[in-house]
Amino acid sequence: MSAKEPAPGNRNSSKVMNRYDLTQRLVTRLHREEAVIGGIGNTNFDLWASGGRPQNFYMLGSMGLACPIALGVALAQPQRRVIAIEGDGSILMQLGSLGTIAMLGPTNLIVLIMDNGSYQITGGQPTLTARGADVVAVARGVGLAQSVWAADEKDFERRMERALAEDGPWLIAARIDTEPPAAETERDPAQIRDRFMRGLGVKR
Amino acid sequence: MSADELGAPVAPQWHEIICRTLKAHLVRLVTYVPDRVLAPLIRGVHADDFFTVICPPREEEAVGIVSGAWMGGMRGVVLMQTSGFATLANALASLAVPYQIPVLMIVSERGTLGEYNIGQAMVCRTMRPVLDSLGIEHHTITRADELEFIVDRTIEQAIATQAPAALILSPLLTGGKVFKK
Repeated sequence: MSAKEPAPGNRNSSKVMNRYDLTQRLVTRLHREEAVIGGIGNTNFDLWASGGRPQNFYMLGSMGLACPIALGVALAQPQRRVIAIEGDGSILMQLGSLGTIAMLGPTNLIVLIMDNGSYQITGGQPTLTARGADVVAVARGVGLAQSVWAADEKDFERRMERALAEDGPWLIAARIDTEPPAAETERDPAQIRDRFMRGLGVKR
Repeated sequence: MSADELGAPVAPQWHEIICRTLKAHLVRLVTYVPDRVLAPLIRGVHADDFFTVICPPREEEAVGIVSGAWMGGMRGVVLMQTSGFATLANALASLAVPYQIPVLMIVSERGTLGEYNIGQAMVCRTMRPVLDSLGIEHHTITRADELEFIVDRTIEQAIATQAPAALILSPLLTGGKVFKK
């Protein structure tokens, strides 16, 4: 736990940003072969579009499991920084996983929530966050003290740089728009898994 | 093997055999959603520093954690009861099976051989059809003398073939959970 705990920020006053833009801002800051788990749908599509890192894992189903998968990687490789990118609809399916992360407290884990208040990929139906549910408040409530809203792009960069450098677990939430993703991931699960394991230096 | 008061050898209990076989295969990560029948196994892994033990709120989450750990180079297992398995079809069909991740599952079988809860009896009937339809190797273990062989070979095969596998612990092995009148 860092000496100075960050203030949570505020969803309502946070700028509405763009998922692909933020994903690129994240990826350009990865210099230590950090593992990134892209949640189902647009979240991993924009991760794919941001460049083919062998340390990226793309989920093609199992909605809600980006955080648990990232937690497993973080436990197996405590020296490596691991980032889960999850949408608001996805994290709402598995809120308990934030509590599990809080309980274990892996210092190398970062959760990034892309919140557009919308089940965008199924036609834009509103999620609970559109009605006021606050993912950062939930995360803090289950014990993730270092959970924050990114106020704008510069704030996102500052917070992500700190999360990449200092002990976690961290949760950064960003409000995003409903622009479509920049590309679509190639749907080849066995290849995705094999490339990811090689990218992590794992031999079976 | 331990000994009784008179010095005669006492056969190891089912949970001791599972614990030791997991260890022999370097299965370090144990995730579970609690179950009364599995309690002695859960106590056993908690008591042994070899294991990292996690109790997440849902079985799906455990499958996600074990999948991530496998890809990071750490072997794991998910312990659950029958009703918990019933929540897993999507995670198995869209993660473990297509990504070829050897998620090992140990399921304490409720719903048969003296079940008193109709919900458990109903959901139990969905377990093997789900496993079969996903092409997941599974064995029902009824006897302690076959336990080590089945656990050992199942772990070996799951890893070698990169496929999830399920071991169903029958009440014939564990005693099951009985209705207290």
